[in-house]
Amino acid sequence: MSSLWEYANPRKFMATSGALLPWVSGLAVLCLVGGLFWGFFLTPDDFRQGSTVKIIYLHVPAAIMAINVWLMMLVASLIWLIRRHHVSALAAKAAAPVGAVFTAIALFTGAVWGQPMWGTWWEWDPRLTSFLILFLFYLGYIAMWEAVENPDAAADLTTVLCLVGSVFAVISRYALLFWNQGLHQGASLSMDAEQNVADVFWYPLVTCIAGFFLLFLALVLYRTRTEIRARRLRALLAQERTA
Amino acid sequence: MPDLGRYATEVLTAYGVSIVALAALVWLSVRQARRVRRRLEDVEARRRAPG
Repeated sequence: MSSLWEYANPRKFMATSGALLPWVSGLAVLCLVGGLFWGFFLTPDDFRQGSTVKIIYLHVPAAIMAINVWLMMLVASLIWLIRRHHVSALAAKAAAPVGAVFTAIALFTGAVWGQPMWGTWWEWDPRLTSFLILFLFYLGYIAMWEAVENPDAAADLTTVLCLVGSVFAVISRYALLFWNQGLHQGASLSMDAEQNVADVFWYPLVTCIAGFFLLFLALVLYRTRTEIRARRLRALLAQERTA
Repeated sequence: MPDLGRYATEVLTAYGVSIVALAALVWLSVRQARRVRRRLEDVEARRRAPG
């Protein structure tokens, strides 16, 4: 049986990701377009929220992925820190812009939904505030990779930032349990059927979550391949300069 | 097109902005990938060339 660590080899990673990418991308488009079409065109309005309920097909998947992308970056960064595998550091770097866009979508769609439902675009509620801080951490993480010239030093420093930011990723997820206050309601998805959204909303919502996850996977594979090529390019140019 | 009632602006804005953001992310990733790949191929071809 092959080991997971084989994929730390850039050549092996390129071969495997190259074979996977068309399938993952195709599935991502299928789930995302299908889920959004289903949610937008084929589901009824909610008796309290009216047509704004259709925003959950964007807001909930984007918010779930925003937190989980950061946790994926944490795992990849820790692998870099402990085992010094470049591919894992580059995967964390590749994931950050995707996570930042998901966080921005969650914040924006939340504000657009909040205005008619809560009567305000924004409230310094624990979940909203921790989400905004998480977004700022994403921007800081991306900026740090760009600002530090030595890639290994950048990977070390961004790992530390990732560790600190993880506190806010966890707070974003559990803010309601920790403080039990604020405007934001509880989870829309739950293992408890009593707390779950109705089936008519649940099936397209799960399809959209799968679509966001697959889009993330496809983009991370694609962007990590670009980072591996960029790293090789830098190495070749450095060799030429010293030759 | 479903009847979105009095919240049509909010729903359409949320969908419009989100789809544009996702499309921009994909487009920028593809553009960057093509640029890096082309530069790498140029450098590798230069190194393979005799002399």
